[in-house]
Amino acid sequence: MNQLHFPILSTIVFLPVIGALLVSLIDSKKETAIRWVTFIVLLLDFLVSLPLFFYFNSSTYQMQFVEKVPWISSLGMNYYLGIDGISLFLVLLTTFLSPIAQLSTWSGITQKTKEFNIVLLLLQTGMLGVFVSLDIFLFYIFWEFQLIPMYLMIGIWGGPNRVFATMKFFLYTFFGSVFMLVALMALYFLHHAYYHEYTFNMVTLMSQPLPANLQFWLFIAFALAFAIKVPMWPFHTWLPWAHVEAPTAGSVILAGILLKMGTYGFLRFNLPMFASMTHQFVDIILIISLIGIFYGAFVAMVQPDIKKLVAYSSVSHLGYSMLGMFALTTIGIEGSIMQMINHGISTGALFLIVGIVYERMHTRNISEYGGLASLVPIFSVFFMIFTLSSIAVPGTNGFIGEFMVLFGTFESHKVFAIIAAFGGLFAAVYMLTMFKRVVFLKPLNPKLLKLTDFNLREWIYMVPLVVFVFWIGIYPNTFLSKMHASVNHLIEQTKITNVNPNLNGKVSFDNKVIIKKSGLKG
Amino acid sequence: MLAAYMFVSVLLFAIGATGAMIRRNFLIVLMSLELMINGAGMALIVMSYFTGNISGQVMFLFVAAVAASETAVGLAIAAMMYKNKKSVDINDYTTLKK
Amino acid sequence: MKTLVLLIIIWPLIGFLINGLFGKWTKNYAGIIAASALGLSFLSAVYPIWQVILGNIYDYVYFTWMPLGKFSVPFGLRIDSLSAVMLFVVTFVSWMIHIYSNGYMKGDPGYARYFTYLNLFVFSMLLLILGDSYLLMFVGWEGVGLCSYLLIGFWYDKKTASDAGEKAFVVNRIGDAGFIIGVLFILFNFHSVTYADVFPFVHQVLTPETATIIGLALFLGAMGKSAQFPLYIWLTDAMEGPTPVSSLIHAATMVTAGVYMVARSNAIYDMSPIAMEVVASVGAFTAFYAATMALTHKDIKRILAYSTLSQLGYMFIGVGVGVYWAGIFHLMTHAFFKGLLFLGAGAVMHSMRGLLSTDLMGGLKKKMPQTAILMVIASLAIAGIPPFAGFFSKDAILAGALEMGHPIIWIVGEVTAFMTAFYMFRFVFTVFYGEEKVPNLYHELHVHEAPKVMTIPMWVLGVLSIIGGWVGLHVSGEIPIEAFIARTAPTLEVANEAHYSEAFLMGFSACVGLLGIFTAWVIYIKKWITAESIANTFKPIYTLLANTYYVDEFVYFFIVKPFWWVSEFFLWKIVDVKIIDGGVDLFGWISKRIGWLFRTLQTGFVSHYAYWISIGVMLLTGWYLVRII
Repeated sequence: MNQLHFPILSTIVFLPVIGALLVSLIDSKKETAIRWVTFIVLLLDFLVSLPLFFYFNSSTYQMQFVEKVPWISSLGMNYYLGIDGISLFLVLLTTFLSPIAQLSTWSGITQKTKEFNIVLLLLQTGMLGVFVSLDIFLFYIFWEFQLIPMYLMIGIWGGPNRVFATMKFFLYTFFGSVFMLVALMALYFLHHAYYHEYTFNMVTLMSQPLPANLQFWLFIAFALAFAIKVPMWPFHTWLPWAHVEAPTAGSVILAGILLKMGTYGFLRFNLPMFASMTHQFVDIILIISLIGIFYGAFVAMVQPDIKKLVAYSSVSHLGYSMLGMFALTTIGIEGSIMQMINHGISTGALFLIVGIVYERMHTRNISEYGGLASLVPIFSVFFMIFTLSSIAVPGTNGFIGEFMVLFGTFESHKVFAIIAAFGGLFAAVYMLTMFKRVVFLKPLNPKLLKLTDFNLREWIYMVPLVVFVFWIGIYPNTFLSKMHASVNHLIEQTKITNVNPNLNGKVSFDNKVIIKKSGLKG
Repeated sequence: MLAAYMFVSVLLFAIGATGAMIRRNFLIVLMSLELMINGAGMALIVMSYFTGNISGQVMFLFVAAVAASETAVGLAIAAMMYKNKKSVDINDYTTLKK
Repeated sequence: MKTLVLLIIIWPLIGFLINGLFGKWTKNYAGIIAASALGLSFLSAVYPIWQVILGNIYDYVYFTWMPLGKFSVPFGLRIDSLSAVMLFVVTFVSWMIHIYSNGYMKGDPGYARYFTYLNLFVFSMLLLILGDSYLLMFVGWEGVGLCSYLLIGFWYDKKTASDAGEKAFVVNRIGDAGFIIGVLFILFNFHSVTYADVFPFVHQVLTPETATIIGLALFLGAMGKSAQFPLYIWLTDAMEGPTPVSSLIHAATMVTAGVYMVARSNAIYDMSPIAMEVVASVGAFTAFYAATMALTHKDIKRILAYSTLSQLGYMFIGVGVGVYWAGIFHLMTHAFFKGLLFLGAGAVMHSMRGLLSTDLMGGLKKKMPQTAILMVIASLAIAGIPPFAGFFSKDAILAGALEMGHPIIWIVGEVTAFMTAFYMFRFVFTVFYGEEKVPNLYHELHVHEAPKVMTIPMWVLGVLSIIGGWVGLHVSGEIPIEAFIARTAPTLEVANEAHYSEAFLMGFSACVGLLGIFTAWVIYIKKWITAESIANTFKPIYTLLANTYYVDEFVYFFIVKPFWWVSEFFLWKIVDVKIIDGGVDLFGWISKRIGWLFRTLQTGFVSHYAYWISIGVMLLTGWYLVRII
């Protein structure tokens, strides 16, 4: 179904590539022109993506704005794009955050500006592709593709330890992806073995699940790839490295969007495709999420580096997201999606805030700051708003997500929700301690005295974020109403464990059987 | 009869392989490689003849063409290498290790 | 009417937005803007309150705030008799304190910021009391906590102030977690958090066990916000904030939110004797415990802070034994006299240039006659001397405790009442009576009476501290305030209610209060017994009290420090860096080692490669041959 009769998703996905081509034609010395062109392309991309929101039909769970063109028909591959209520906001979040992130680089990135902007544009394509692909092969291509620009972004424009950080980031996530690739292929062949059809079509794969015993390894392989990306405890150690070394825009996109690819993957693959395994893994994942919530908070508390602190807080926040998701209730999953969006906005904003002072002070050590409230009041007010949003004070977006997650979890797993409710306490501890040491107290460091407050550009990119902090906090229905149908359908899917009663699942993992069944003779 | 033909082809291949392994002058090595290819090619033709399937002979034509171009490229590289190091001893060319 | 009700909470919001967004320009008018916003809010509230007194109840839904699948949380405001009392107290006292602040904060560099926070506070507080669902109450609940955090740390460049603000927020968060858990249980059982959907169905839906869980969880929230033992530790530190803030937030309104919440949830508490017992016991213990600490303190604001804790304990006794109206009644009178006491302390501080210790004061009556009179009135009210306001409400609570069958709590209450009278008059006598302790200090500081803008609100509260309790007098067979509040929060019905002579109880309470005042008079005015000699006789107890039972030290060394230490040196530096990240690096290291191993095969000699290739080919061929044979 494509209500616009126009390949809008392809336009959104590939517009940045066109932008990248345009930028590559500009003389690399004309930095301002490059920045403007990139910004306009990204802004245009955001504007083009807005009709998705307005024309979105919230009464159906079916994929919308679908584009389906045969690609390699003999292998069952299609160029198949579409979104539903789950991916809609991730697409919008991406197109919304990217121009903001780009604006933050105008003063931060002074080396190789042209290359940076090209990389940023390509990254945008990769991320959007992940969220809109409905063909798992296409999905995998985009999934791996976006790694490369991110790898370059950290590796070239990063901090002093960037090479180590970028290698760790790349190898770690790639390690997970390899398992996913294997699982994808296994899924493809197993699906043929049971349904006599070669397909990479996500929707088909979701609606025709495999027998329970076959799902086990597939679930683990997918879960590993996504858990590293989220990152769930204990696969999180690449995150502080990557965040600390990445340039501001890199951190914003990394925290705001890239991490959501992991949670999105869980929603798209693990929950609907391996429903019966999902039910078996619920307890383990809930426990890991809880550990993540508290562990992230505790470790964040003692970080001397602001960026590291925010990075560990991401572990904690996404713990909530995973908790709500694996509660397997409508409210839990909606809360989980809200939490993803909120995390994108408030943590993204916190990284921007850190970037703003870092640009001026060239340090991220909390101990070198203090007393910013009297020196840069506007900055401090914005910082405060995002801090509050991060610790889920009611009225801000954070509260909506967190409360929905808690209630969704409570419906199915009371004890977990009760324990998780105390997570907010530690969030307050680490955020407010950091806030106090940076913004309150007396400015002891003489270097701080020459700090300047927001300039126009910074105003422009911070204000939209504040608007969303309060919009979601006060009237979340705008967003929630679009998700209901899709989330309810997802819940239905997780309840179905075996569509075809004739599939008794006696086929084991013996490859001979698969080969025989799939007709692939040696 | 087949065995005899195949013996010749394997012999050609073995001589070529041994030459490629033990000789140090890379011109000789290239010649040995040529021998190996021809050994394999001969096997193709022989088999084609005995099974009555023409595709073996067709395949040899391809192999011959590829072998010719390979030799051309190989000799060009060899010439460049000689220009650089003034040596035709392959044991002087161990930079791949580094 | 719907708009009028909304306007009550909108005015402070408008004030907040004006001062918050344009604080740079409103600078000197910020106080006037804020105070007029509150005045308008109070005026908007008058008519609805009057209508509620006449017997109406308002419950308006404005929009759906949080849709949660099958059910949703509306944004609605509700005014019934319970919230009407609170509404009156909050809007009126806040208004007075806003006016007072105009004088008190004059010249502070953060003038506009102060009023911005203060208006935001009133907005949140009104949302807390008018919200028609638990979740909306929670919004206000956290909102007031946030404002409290901001206002305690108002002078953010002072480390103690910033620390105190953070402490307040964090300790409150412990309670908030409890509140949230309670809300989760309610939402789960009732499929709604709106009061109108919850209270009428309590008996059908809840089992006593669930009611106990909900009651205790909610009370954990109340313990945080209303600073009950052991979560009280933030309140004394909260005195770092400007004094009008202490008056408004940490005495009159915010800290009483817990009492309001328990009274609001009366239907749930009524079902759970255990939860009520806990509420009453914690209240009684806190009342006594805090009063003992107030006995020895020398910092005028902290004496009042401990006194607030103690009075909050009384309120919890009231709601805990089931006489909800008495708790709320005391909440109201307490708002008047404790608000006044803090404003008086503020006036003293204002003219003493921020000095707080009673050691430096004495005989201030001559310099500040109006303040002195008002402080005496307020102290009489808190000491429970008829006909001042505190007498009626405190008596109602204690009589209620006795009637509901809690004699021990009654005894604790009376002992506390004695201590209350004593420490309040110790405060009054040492500060306003006697001789100037430090010669010439007043002259040097130019100690003077507070300006009119400060004394007028104080007088208004002073009058209310006298007459505010008279709504607790018997009028034609019933007590008006009891009848009014009981419409929403009916008194718990117990089977064998004990009956005592009311006149006797009242007389007894009054005597206890007078005895306390007399003792203070003996010690601090007549000096028949000196305070020092008592302190020396009971040295260990005195030391313990003077150091407030070493609770802060205990918390710091046994909870905060170890927690921090474990996080830093175990979780971060060992578990995270060494074990988890080390594990990841180990993986990379192993791969590298394996690479090193195979690197030795990489000789660089082409012939060696060819050799390996031929071996490989042979092996493969051999394997194939074996397979086909």
